[in-house]
Amino acid sequence: MMIAAGLLCGFVFGWGLLISGMVQPAKVLAFLDLFGDWDPSLAVVMAAALAVSGLGFRLLRRRERPVIDGRFQWSTRTVIDKPLIGGAMLFGLGWGLAGLCPGPALENLATLSPRVIVFVAAMAAGMALHDLWRKQRLTVGLRTPASEAADG
Amino acid sequence: MANFTPLSAAIGGALIGLAAVLLMLLTGRVAGISGIFGGCLDFGVPDKGWRLAFILGLILAPLTGSLAGYALTAPQMPTSWLTVVAAGLLVGFGTRLGSGCTSGHGICGIARLSWRSVTATGVFMATAVLVVAVTRHAIGG
Repeated sequence: MMIAAGLLCGFVFGWGLLISGMVQPAKVLAFLDLFGDWDPSLAVVMAAALAVSGLGFRLLRRRERPVIDGRFQWSTRTVIDKPLIGGAMLFGLGWGLAGLCPGPALENLATLSPRVIVFVAAMAAGMALHDLWRKQRLTVGLRTPASEAADG
Repeated sequence: MANFTPLSAAIGGALIGLAAVLLMLLTGRVAGISGIFGGCLDFGVPDKGWRLAFILGLILAPLTGSLAGYALTAPQMPTSWLTVVAAGLLVGFGTRLGSGCTSGHGICGIARLSWRSVTATGVFMATAVLVVAVTRHAIGG
């Protein structure tokens, strides 16, 4: 059941990216290009997505649990910290360079474009590198807490 | 603004929102693609089935799309392979460090009015706008 739900939601999400044109990096870059021939479409996509999800999530609050799995896994974090800001900056840097964020990147695998395949492989490597780096920092931090601050 | 497509943007956006609500309603999970993909790579995460299925659904959409008149052709990508690799690495590392991307923070997080997500979205949008301004207008491109 979880697998069927995942497949359905990924499929609907993919159609959303497809119809809105956000699957095309050129369309995304045209939105980010405020000083060129600006295309505001991405803002409309976000507004429509937020209208539906904002209302939907609000209605979901009345439910005790999801249909299939045990509990709602809403994020409970509220602190605005350095990893959040630094991570968003690095992501913005990559997003601005290629016009691809994770969803459209994965969806574009369907085109079998070699550049997309390399991009997704690099993205996976970036994620693995981050997890490795964090694990290392954590172990170092546990052994010698003072040295962690110096790592920056 | 010659390329502005408000109608298809609104329909597509509504579908993206619907997918996020459906995933939460059915599975209780946040539709953040970087988180879903990252979980597939992390050996410590047990629930890989629905994650892989979600990604499969993402890839199947354009394949069925070509039957319905929404053909997806190979996207326009940076000409330099170095840029492709660097951008991929940055997107992967950054979304993991910042705990989310355009879908997780930009849609799911903002929809439930999380200040973390509002902040992250503002930061990655501003950074990306700056990058495009520099690469397209400052370095004679």
